[in-house]
Amino acid sequence: MATRDYSLLGADARRAVESGLTAAEWYHTEVPRKVMKDLMARSDGPAIRDTILLYGLMIVFAGAGIALWPSWWSAPFWLAYGVLYGSASDSRWHECSHGTAFRTPWMNNAVYQIASFMIMRNPATWRWSHARHHSETYFVGRDPEIAVMRPPELAKLILNIFGILDVMAFVPRILHNAAFGPTAEEKTFVPQSEWGKVRRAALVHVAIYAATIALALWMGSILPLMVIGLPRIYGAWHHIMTGLLQHGGLADNVIDHRLNSRTVYMNPVSRFIYWNMNYHVEHHMFPMVPYHALPRLHETIKGDLPPPNRSIAEGFREMWPAFKRQMKYEDYFLKRDLPPTAKPYREDFHQYVPGHMRPDTNTAAPAMPAPTAAE
Amino acid sequence: MSNWIDACATDDIDEEDLIRFDHGSQTFAIYHSPEGTFHATAGLCTHEDVHLCNGLVMGHMIECPKHNGQFDYRTGEAMRAPVCVNLKTYPVKVEGGRVFLDLA
Repeated sequence: MATRDYSLLGADARRAVESGLTAAEWYHTEVPRKVMKDLMARSDGPAIRDTILLYGLMIVFAGAGIALWPSWWSAPFWLAYGVLYGSASDSRWHECSHGTAFRTPWMNNAVYQIASFMIMRNPATWRWSHARHHSETYFVGRDPEIAVMRPPELAKLILNIFGILDVMAFVPRILHNAAFGPTAEEKTFVPQSEWGKVRRAALVHVAIYAATIALALWMGSILPLMVIGLPRIYGAWHHIMTGLLQHGGLADNVIDHRLNSRTVYMNPVSRFIYWNMNYHVEHHMFPMVPYHALPRLHETIKGDLPPPNRSIAEGFREMWPAFKRQMKYEDYFLKRDLPPTAKPYREDFHQYVPGHMRPDTNTAAPAMPAPTAAE
Repeated sequence: MSNWIDACATDDIDEEDLIRFDHGSQTFAIYHSPEGTFHATAGLCTHEDVHLCNGLVMGHMIECPKHNGQFDYRTGEAMRAPVCVNLKTYPVKVEGGRVFLDLA
């Protein structure tokens, strides 16, 4: 069994390049150009509507929480505010980093900066990490956004439901960025021309947190931190829940998004918070399609995709046992059946096994039989 | 010295759209602007060598289909991350309903 090296500076990162995996062409479902042009078309309307609704609700919930503070009656309002701050900001950060949410560029940038602050990501760094995530989705050692590394550590997954690990990773990183610019790993995917922006953005974030902490000390109350900072912890659960479903339990080091991404039908509230990223196979295959057109894209290409999970609960029922199997056998992954109308999975490079070397040649070893859900 | 190559008919490209044109070992993108003018650039994104022909033309911008980087196809200027390096552009002329590229 292979042992994966997830370091961006490690052996699997080098092998992914040397084997040609990083240069391989991804599978795409064929969509007529006119249909795709219609799907890719941009507009400001849906995102303006959703942004007014999001920030309006946040003001109402935070206002009610402050008014009722420190009574326990404020708790439901903080919980609602927290999900919008600590989870909806993840999807806003994501869509605006692609530049697809709004047609107008400054609107994308404005919401991107606000969302990056709330989700505790350096906006100048994560734009590049996400570009790598799309180029090399779940390539071991290359993708900086792998949510669940193998073998999965379930204790860490549970701890991160409250964003604890994310925040613990964020604090030293943003301080490093503010003092020195990008870290050594970040320099592997952020171009040198952007390193100054990494530092400037970090300084702004650190200054806002310092002011919030100073206000809390002056007031002798954590109330300012309930509004800024802490919601990233007490409201993180929704984006962790939906984020795990994106790729959890599926294949790594493949060049077919139908093998490494998951589409899940969700309730309207979760879809608003998640901005339709539940159509995740579709998003990875065609990242130029805006969030509001993903349901139409799904209808267009679903005959070529594995059937979606019908609910969040069903997605977890499929994914969780896969995590448990990966704890014992980390090469295990779920391989879902395709409908008869679909083209077969693209099998090139699926034989590449991370961490598994021929000692004599220093090249990737021949295929190991990878078990699937059917076994 | 000019080297005009007959690339396509004007009718081959919808307004506010582009097509791919391959010549020898090179690949190009030819654009039809909303004003009816034609333009040509290198066919691959300067970020990760993705063909721009599957991208989206919005006004005078071409957006790469992989990472949503944007160029002004009239000048080749990189306008939106993750693209940082400008796109090479080529002179274009239209004669008799045909689009010609100068590859000199």
